[in-house]
Amino acid sequence: MKKITKYVLIDILRNRFMLAYTVVLSGISFSLFILEDSSGKALLGLMNVVLFIIPLVSLVFSTTYLYNAAEFIELMLSQPVRRKVLLNRIFSGLALSFVIATATGIGLPVLIYGATMQGLYLLLSAILLSVIFSALALLASVITRDKARGIGMALLLWVYFAFVFDGLVLLILFQFADYPLEGAMIAMTMLNPVDLVRIFMLLQVDLSAMMGITGAVFQKYFGSITGQVISLSVMVLWMLIPLVIAVKKFNKRDL
Amino acid sequence: MIRILQIILFFCFYVDLFAGTITAGTKQCPRIADAIALAKKGDTVLVSGGTYKESPIIVDKSIVLLGRQMPVLDGLKKHEIMIVTENDVTIEGFHFRNSGFSGYEDVAGLRLKQVRNVVVRYNHFTNTYFGVYGQHISNCHVLNNTFYSTAKDETLSGNGIHCWKSDSLLIKGNKVSGHRDGIYFEFVTKSHIEGNMSTGNVRYGLHFMFSNDDTYIGNSFVDNGAGVAVMYSKRVTMLRNRFLQNRGEASYGILLKDIADSYADGNFFEDNTVGIFMEGSSRIKFTQNQFTANGWAIRMQASCDDITMLRNNFKRNSFDIATNGSLVLNNIDHNYWDKYEGYDLNKDGLGDVPYRPTSLFSMISERNEAAMLLFRSAIVSIIDKAEKVLPGLTPEALKDNKPSMKPFNLK
Amino acid sequence: MITTRNICKNFGKLAALSNISVSLNAGETIAMIGPNGSGKTTLIKTLLGLVIPDKGDILYKGQSVLGQWKYRNSIGYMPQIGRYPDNMRIGQIIDMITDLRKDDNVQVDMELINSLGVNRMLDKAMRTLSGGTRQKVSACLAFMFHPEVLILDEPTAGLDPLSGEILKDKISREKDRGKLIMITSHVLSDLDDLVSEVIFMEEGHVRFHKKVSDLQAETGEVKLNKVMAVLMDPYYDPVMQ
Repeated sequence: MKKITKYVLIDILRNRFMLAYTVVLSGISFSLFILEDSSGKALLGLMNVVLFIIPLVSLVFSTTYLYNAAEFIELMLSQPVRRKVLLNRIFSGLALSFVIATATGIGLPVLIYGATMQGLYLLLSAILLSVIFSALALLASVITRDKARGIGMALLLWVYFAFVFDGLVLLILFQFADYPLEGAMIAMTMLNPVDLVRIFMLLQVDLSAMMGITGAVFQKYFGSITGQVISLSVMVLWMLIPLVIAVKKFNKRDL
Repeated sequence: MIRILQIILFFCFYVDLFAGTITAGTKQCPRIADAIALAKKGDTVLVSGGTYKESPIIVDKSIVLLGRQMPVLDGLKKHEIMIVTENDVTIEGFHFRNSGFSGYEDVAGLRLKQVRNVVVRYNHFTNTYFGVYGQHISNCHVLNNTFYSTAKDETLSGNGIHCWKSDSLLIKGNKVSGHRDGIYFEFVTKSHIEGNMSTGNVRYGLHFMFSNDDTYIGNSFVDNGAGVAVMYSKRVTMLRNRFLQNRGEASYGILLKDIADSYADGNFFEDNTVGIFMEGSSRIKFTQNQFTANGWAIRMQASCDDITMLRNNFKRNSFDIATNGSLVLNNIDHNYWDKYEGYDLNKDGLGDVPYRPTSLFSMISERNEAAMLLFRSAIVSIIDKAEKVLPGLTPEALKDNKPSMKPFNLK
Repeated sequence: MITTRNICKNFGKLAALSNISVSLNAGETIAMIGPNGSGKTTLIKTLLGLVIPDKGDILYKGQSVLGQWKYRNSIGYMPQIGRYPDNMRIGQIIDMITDLRKDDNVQVDMELINSLGVNRMLDKAMRTLSGGTRQKVSACLAFMFHPEVLILDEPTAGLDPLSGEILKDKISREKDRGKLIMITSHVLSDLDDLVSEVIFMEEGHVRFHKKVSDLQAETGEVKLNKVMAVLMDPYYDPVMQ
């Protein structure tokens, strides 16, 4: 069944978009590193790319790709191919091509100009977010048959994770300002992979400020091995859960 | 200051010409105390290498006490090691080790008691509760010593160099680590602290209380529990010091509390939770300082007034200036802010629109610390941008009207 | 060989298949006939596992195949409208499917590829193909791996007459080899010499499933289109015959 991955990969890589995306990513990254006066500031710029652009592109490209792959999926499923395997392979192909694009587009500049812990964390985050949002896109496209609705749903997901969620957190924060909310805040961040990544980066870029918080709670939690293992596992869950649901839905779907 | 030094040097040299030399640590004279007993005013007592467990050693004559091959003076963790009670003494080349530790008494490695013109130089202090302890001293020099101890918490630890009710001191070239406060001044005036390195102390790298007219130049304060505290003092001059990695909940590069008429130039603040924390301070001028990668470059309480900030660099700080209220009568023009997004149409090197160094989010997180977890999220950026366009909550007067477009070249 | 038991499938309120129970035996060539929207394609897709039935079971050689996939090794499927990834070339598609399905001990059947002239168009991109050429590709793929069951959804639609004949010859030869062949077609004359049984579907129901010889005897007609015309006649009453 490795053959399916091979053909999915070939298909995605043949798509010009992936190449363009890689070029644009590396263009942005290189110009940030070259134009900004310090690699620290460049990383901050790159962090915004990772937090906003990468989820958006992963969602929209993956959803579009999956709708456009309808023929491929249909062709495959009339052959002796398992649905579960096919979807998993399509996902692995998508994820792998995003990993390649991100590793080239962001990894290369980071390794050349900013091979610090911060840079490596950022690269890892970029890769994780790409994969997570492809999984969410997979789910969105399996749930809705209609391409326009599916892409709309992907965009809504992006708006939710990038903006709405934090707005809600801010709201909660002020509604319950009199209570100690640090623990709840940590729990809430687990509900948004973008936030998890952002906070990990905060602890790299703004460590001095984060250590100023009473008891340095966030730093203690996210800086500890336990905290990091939990956060990483949560990220993996963010990838697996949409994938598992998508496979379940896909198994029951008519073509 | 240099003149005083010349006089002292001349005096020492002059005495030396006519003074005798007595050697301790020999068969005739095994103990240092014996040698001191034999010495006359102006004599030099040479101490051979080895370990001396005869503390406390009382130096009650104006002599030069000179260690050869770093003789170890061991306090056996019970005693004060040496006490100087006479003026015009030089202590050089000793290794003070294992003073007593006490919760209710300030036990020192070397105590200077109501003396003048004492020079303490090129000594090591390891595991001393207090390193050098000066009380009512004047015109004394503490030069090029190292102080190393292993303090864990504030209650059971002493200060590296501790001076109380003194004046005209020169503290220069010392390295202090692992104490409560690296250097502690209380009621010390007209003194000069230069080129010292204070690192990894439990509380402050330098602690300064009720000490007027002091100058500190070119010192480094790195990774101390709470940075440097300068409190209740007037006319303090701070030049070219480095404040690095002082990080933690109540940790500052410098804490300025009730300071007036002071001046800071060419200092370097990097990786501190707060570069400068100011409270109840007035008439302070900051010029050509560099603030890099601090959590908050400056936190100014509303109780400060007449603060001037000119030509400082602000780079990569999470927040440039935070405040808890509306600030008035401050002047913060012509600084470089790397977050400035304005333009310079007339090409005079100064931005054409003002820069507001206080963001709304910094005020939000001031009130609600947990909000820090939302820092750099899109929603926060939107709020900050909106506030920059239409300031509502951030202090209107707090702005740099002519921010520099390029960073200043500061060393 | 294939048996369905009470298959039901609804698309929303529309009952696409209602209680379909048929058994399809090896050696038979079965024509599935019925008006548009009668559920023929849905039934075929159900057999292939492309559509999941709401109720009922499908057995292949006695084994339930719901949720299974290996049985598709024995099926060659030619869809009504062959949809292929736009950016692939014919050759790549053929290679890919061969790569997926090929049994190393058996030579693939290149007959149609050669006789339909597909071998001369291997470099053409799928998006440039006409409907007829796509049909040819679909036909080649369906026959390449010697499947025991051939499911052909409107096989001759869109093909030029010559290619249609080539394909019919091929079907006929496979029939002689004892394969189970299912064909849907609107052009009944195409099916005349091929089919041995007819399944007639209407509004998701199987109206009848009979041998062609029985139908011919019943109606007194030889040609399938005539047979069907008689059967469709609202005044036709089999009891009267």
